[in-house]
Amino acid sequence: MMRRETDETRRMIRRGLRDGLPIGMGYFAVAFSLGITARGAGLSPLQGWVASILNHASAGEYALYALIGARAAVWEIAAVIFVTNMRYLLMSAALSQRAAPETSFFGRLGTGFCITDEIFGLAVAHPGYFSCAYLWTAFALADFMWAGGTLCGILAGNILPARVVTALSVAIYGMFLAIIIPPARKNLVVAGLVAASFLCSFAASRLLPGLSEGMRTVILTVALSAAAALLFPREDKEEGREAP
Amino acid sequence: MTEREIWAAILVAAVVSLAVRALPLTLIRRRIRNRFIRSFLYYVPYATLAVMTFPAMIDAAAHPAAGIAALAAGVISAGAGAGLFPVAIITCLTEYLAGLI
Repeated sequence: MMRRETDETRRMIRRGLRDGLPIGMGYFAVAFSLGITARGAGLSPLQGWVASILNHASAGEYALYALIGARAAVWEIAAVIFVTNMRYLLMSAALSQRAAPETSFFGRLGTGFCITDEIFGLAVAHPGYFSCAYLWTAFALADFMWAGGTLCGILAGNILPARVVTALSVAIYGMFLAIIIPPARKNLVVAGLVAASFLCSFAASRLLPGLSEGMRTVILTVALSAAAALLFPREDKEEGREAP
Repeated sequence: MTEREIWAAILVAAVVSLAVRALPLTLIRRRIRNRFIRSFLYYVPYATLAVMTFPAMIDAAAHPAAGIAALAAGVISAGAGAGLFPVAIITCLTEYLAGLI
């Protein structure tokens, strides 16, 4: 029994390394350009590394460095970080329904710390309860590459050609597509939701340019998911005993 | 900002982002029975990821046509069953090649 559990943990760690690596590579490129912003705001390489390890959120960190550069007040920084990261509240609530009953407080806390768009994507891509070993491994690898990218960006400035940085920055969206398109093919409601999300997001970005990306994500996610839940409530049996 | 003020800013940002990430997971310990909330939470990831992908993907590309090409390549390859990494590589390469034009 014990033996089987360690084997399972090892398998999850290996899978975490396998799935964390591509995420980390995308992160490195994005964080590299983030490091250039951090350098402009006056952060030392160590400060950039620590900020990235702890915050690991692209929009949030861009905002943080911009605010540091603008000498913003601490409360203002707290408010902006809250808003830019508000989507994680929703992701965290969604994951709360997918924690195995025996998950400890620290298991939940640690998994919460790991939440990024992509790590959440990994959790969603595997049905049933989430595995802490899997998510934490993927996160740890990706987070160190994220922080390493920031560090290199602060130290080295512009080494990678701009064309390469641009191409790499698209990788993250490719991963999002790999997560949402397969379920959309199987489920018409999810397909409609994805299409409606694309349309509304596009309309909001062009009609309401003053609305920050973070706020747009939060408002549209809540509105569209609520509409889908009202119009197409899920049958409990669709999910079986295990979480969605 | 001074060295100390920058550290304070980093610390505040870290605490706020940890709270946002961890509070629901640690506080909601029961299985939610309400059908609306369950359905809502089921749909949240798809809406969030879709909203974040478009039009950000187009805006991140060298020019809109390259972004649309990368989006199309990503949708097609993901629809054909390619995994996270292959789709990511395919979108990158498509953007790179289309961006050269």
